[in-house]
Amino acid sequence: MSSPAVGSEGRDAAGIHAGRLRRDLAVRRVGQVAMWVSPFLVYLFLWVPIVVLIVFSFNDGASVSVWNGFTTRWYENILNNTITAGTESARFQTGLLLRAVRNSLIVAVAATLVATALGTMLALALARGRFPGRKTLDSLFYLPVVIPDITQGVSLAVFFNLVFEAVQRALGVRLVPGFGTIIIAHIAFNVSYVLIVVRARLATMDPTLEEAARDLGANHVQTFWRVTFPILMPGILAGALLAFTLSLDDFVITFFNAGVGTTTLPLFVYGMLKQRVPPEINAISTLMIAVSIVLVGASLLLQRRGSGD
Amino acid sequence: MARRGAEPGEVARSAFLAGPATVWLVLFFLLPLVFVAVASFMSRGTGGAPVPPVTLDQYERTFTVFGPVIVRSVNVALVTTALCLLLGYPLAFFISRRRDPRVRLFLLFLVLLPFWTNFLVRTYALITILQRDGLLNGLLMRLGAISEPLQLLFTQGAVIVGLVYGYLPFMVLPIYASVERLDMRYVEAAHDLGANDLRAFFRVVLPLTLPGVIAGSILVFIPTIGAFVTPDLMGGTRGLMIGNLIQSQFGGRGNIPLGSAVSMVLLALVFVGVLVYTRWGQEEKT
Repeated sequence: MSSPAVGSEGRDAAGIHAGRLRRDLAVRRVGQVAMWVSPFLVYLFLWVPIVVLIVFSFNDGASVSVWNGFTTRWYENILNNTITAGTESARFQTGLLLRAVRNSLIVAVAATLVATALGTMLALALARGRFPGRKTLDSLFYLPVVIPDITQGVSLAVFFNLVFEAVQRALGVRLVPGFGTIIIAHIAFNVSYVLIVVRARLATMDPTLEEAARDLGANHVQTFWRVTFPILMPGILAGALLAFTLSLDDFVITFFNAGVGTTTLPLFVYGMLKQRVPPEINAISTLMIAVSIVLVGASLLLQRRGSGD
Repeated sequence: MARRGAEPGEVARSAFLAGPATVWLVLFFLLPLVFVAVASFMSRGTGGAPVPPVTLDQYERTFTVFGPVIVRSVNVALVTTALCLLLGYPLAFFISRRRDPRVRLFLLFLVLLPFWTNFLVRTYALITILQRDGLLNGLLMRLGAISEPLQLLFTQGAVIVGLVYGYLPFMVLPIYASVERLDMRYVEAAHDLGANDLRAFFRVVLPLTLPGVIAGSILVFIPTIGAFVTPDLMGGTRGLMIGNLIQSQFGGRGNIPLGSAVSMVLLALVFVGVLVYTRWGQEEKT
């Protein structure tokens, strides 16, 4: 490309230009390699611990780093309720595990039902209603989403303690934390999440449909059940699913508000991790991962079917 | 204005719809927070209960005795946020640049799936990798890189790794949403005007995706500053954070006023994050 007419200045400029081009190309090549390497490493980071956990749940030995051969005995131990580890006081028992699962389901179902109803009603009021203090109310309901769960957990525990003391003084009835306190706490944070999800659905809904129903003589109740509710249904279901998941998964808030005999699954797992870890924990964790994969897969399928037409 | 004014019937309907949730929020969320705020100005009575007289002692103790832990928690949260950004941005960019929407969905799914498994189970999975006789030490020893297993667990580093592991999806999703909406013609224009990839990234791509970056950073910062489970299981005594201080003060031999004061400081830190988000982190309405 060089021409004899180019003077020394021109050659310098061409040289600088070529140098810059080379540098730009080097930048691009590094960038392209990094664009593939970095995500690959992140996926490894996210998945290796989980895959290792699953693989070693079939390891014939208590180690999680040395492979001693394939076995299903940890799973059999869970099924047969055969104890292999743990101190006398903190033995792992399948019965306790199942009880924890049952407790978790009781809490999650109750909290989801109430929170979905309250959250949906609230979403309707905030999106459609005009009343003083609406903006303030709106922002107040974001607080449970941003405030750390440890703060929510301890403040509720202090609150319940004071209320229980007052009740005992006034009525002589001794109340203790249990399902009631856990469910109340879960509803308190779940309403906000349901509100966010249902409102997103309400925002995409055509308001003229409701107006048309009212013009045709339907009253507010009829309009809601015949028009608004069916259209909102996917949003309500999504909100309920989120509330259910958050409730099943919650450890911190439950930890401070649970009582004797209301150990939920996360509390049970925490107890196992804090005391001597039984070798069956890999198998239990694998089962929990399998259940969540099945649930997520099912909800994705449902959503796809819901938006299929 | 007359039409916009609230009719009595409408107010009643709104009160019926919003009432129950509002009562619940006030009774089981706001009131308990007010109690904790009041308790933070009280003295410690028998059994750690808050009693008069009113005092600022708890805050003084919070900043003197617990000062180092608070500073460390802020550091841990900031480092975690920075690491999530360094790992999450390229990942979000990579996913959004795949042409096939099914590939994009699958790659996002791979980020989210670990996130849908129980937090404690995920933390435990990471512990098995990092523990003394875990896979990482075993691998390093077999490779001859080390002769003695390293103390990886129960360090501040372990807490940071655990938090990054737990909250990375919070960073990836908002950035993905931002990058997805990025008009690549701006990048082409930058190239045409002579910018190389690096310059085009820092002058065009990054500014345009900044709302996603800020949103993701706040979504990571807020839960990590108040983390309890990760430092509790992975930090040992060297990795204690604000959350562990609060928990210990509300336990059996605790001090509720002191724990309340620490909680208030944590809330203040969280609100700094929320302010940053509402100021710079929201996508402008288009």
